Amino acid sequence: MTESTPIISIKGLTKTYDNGHQALKGVDLDIREGEILALLGPNGAGKTTLISTICGLVSPSSGSVTVAGYDIIKDFRKTRELIGLVPQELTLGAFEKVGNTVAFSRGLFGKSPNNKFLEELLNELTLGDKKDSMVQQLSGGMKRRVLIAKALSHEPRILFLDEPTAGVDVELRKDMWNIVERLRQSGVTIILTTHYIEEAEEIADRVGVISGGELLELEEKTALMEKLGKKQLVVELKNSIDAIPAQLSDYGLELSANGTKVTYTFDARKERTGMTALLSDLSQAGLSIKDLNTAQSSLEDIFVDIVKADA
Amino acid sequence: MNIEAVKAIYRAEMRRTRNTLLQSVAAPVISTALYFVVFGSAIGSRIESVDNVAYGAFIVPGLMMLSLLTQSISNASFGIFFPKFTGTIYEVMSAPISFFEILIGYVGAAATKSFILGVLILITATFFVDLRIAHPFWMIGFFLLTCVSFSLFGFIIGLWADNFEKLQLIPSLIITPLVFLGGSFYSVDMLPEFWQKISLLNPVLYLISGFRWSFFEVSDVSVGVSLSMILLFLFACMVIVWAMFKTGYKLKP
Repeated sequence: MTESTPIISIKGLTKTYDNGHQALKGVDLDIREGEILALLGPNGAGKTTLISTICGLVSPSSGSVTVAGYDIIKDFRKTRELIGLVPQELTLGAFEKVGNTVAFSRGLFGKSPNNKFLEELLNELTLGDKKDSMVQQLSGGMKRRVLIAKALSHEPRILFLDEPTAGVDVELRKDMWNIVERLRQSGVTIILTTHYIEEAEEIADRVGVISGGELLELEEKTALMEKLGKKQLVVELKNSIDAIPAQLSDYGLELSANGTKVTYTFDARKERTGMTALLSDLSQAGLSIKDLNTAQSSLEDIFVDIVKADA
Repeated sequence: MNIEAVKAIYRAEMRRTRNTLLQSVAAPVISTALYFVVFGSAIGSRIESVDNVAYGAFIVPGLMMLSLLTQSISNASFGIFFPKFTGTIYEVMSAPISFFEILIGYVGAAATKSFILGVLILITATFFVDLRIAHPFWMIGFFLLTCVSFSLFGFIIGLWADNFEKLQLIPSLIITPLVFLGGSFYSVDMLPEFWQKISLLNPVLYLISGFRWSFFEVSDVSVGVSLSMILLFLFACMVIVWAMFKTGYKLKP
């Protein structure tokens, strides 16, 4: 597989705030053009600092970031033009109309006015009839849509979504993923931070796990799940048993469903899963098997594992 | 140069003024009219003239300065403080825009408002007193320089302030006293000698004196000194703002 030039390239990025808090401890990350990258991490992991640094809201302590080959500090005009940011907080000026604030954003990013484009954008975000509404009269979900409209107002090639679904209703969440999908199809690179694992699982191409200011893992979503995923083998027995036979104690089996189900948890990372041995040991112990079932652990389980291992 | 961004900021700021027309324009005009009634008519009728200028007319430049200074500072400081307070400043900070362009947008809008206000006060004044302007170009020069430099000063205060109290602190505790004691309502000659000398330490005195000279050719200090003082002040504000942006002062951790 040939790697294309990354759209964002982060090298040795560190950030220590004035109060001494080290939010980033040397992050290296290449983001591919057109991908959806989810940055997973607990609160205070450094996700927002990482995003804010790329967007120019936080000055890096050391390291470098390039966007489309341009340095974010030396060529800030070129890099920032390409980026749209939806912040985590619902930060909107109170005394403004929706249409005005979105047009303001477009101008701020150097694009000449284009009412037709902005109208379509508002319609797509179901804000069409809210154009002349004052921002402070909108509900939280609507404000979130306005923030997205502002971020997309200058037709960015890269979109950052910082905790996009925090406090968002189901409908908006669905709408948002539709927009993300459409943007992806038009070639926009999307980076989102979240601590909802289902979200990453649902839409991301790659998942990065951040904790304590470090990028602990960065993998294709499926590869990450395969690589780190725990699998479970559930064996359904023909006849119930009272206890796990002594010769099977090494497997760490769990008995459930009134003694008719035996669950074996194994690490898919290991070359030898121990499944074959288990099955033959089961029959040697005189247990007959009715059914077999394997299940993969979700990203959530994986994530908890990684962060725990790091702590 | 990101012209679109400058336009966007400027327009948004001017829109804010239109939304708060009563507070930002009507209030200063009304209070100025009150000054004319109280000082110009009631007290002025008992004071014959100052430096051969009718008292009512004499106070016009001072009153204009009083409003220009306080309004420039309050407009510009609020203009940048409010987005900082609500958090919307993130957008400006992440935009492809230089500090100079941010400055033109915000300070330009604040200075424009002050200029409009000054013109309104001048028009208001003509209803109360006979006015003549001896040096219209100098007058407009001082007028513009004051709008710009004190809007810039307000911008600095807005950047520095991290709460509403600080935002009010300098305008009410420093600027208002300086304007009142800077000869808005009197000529420094009318003070005892000791206070005349103290007054010379007041930078606003130079401003009012120069501005008044452009109207009536009477001044407390020479017009060249006045001009130098305001240019010096403008330059000092520029340096401070430049340093603030350079270090990301309170804007960029």
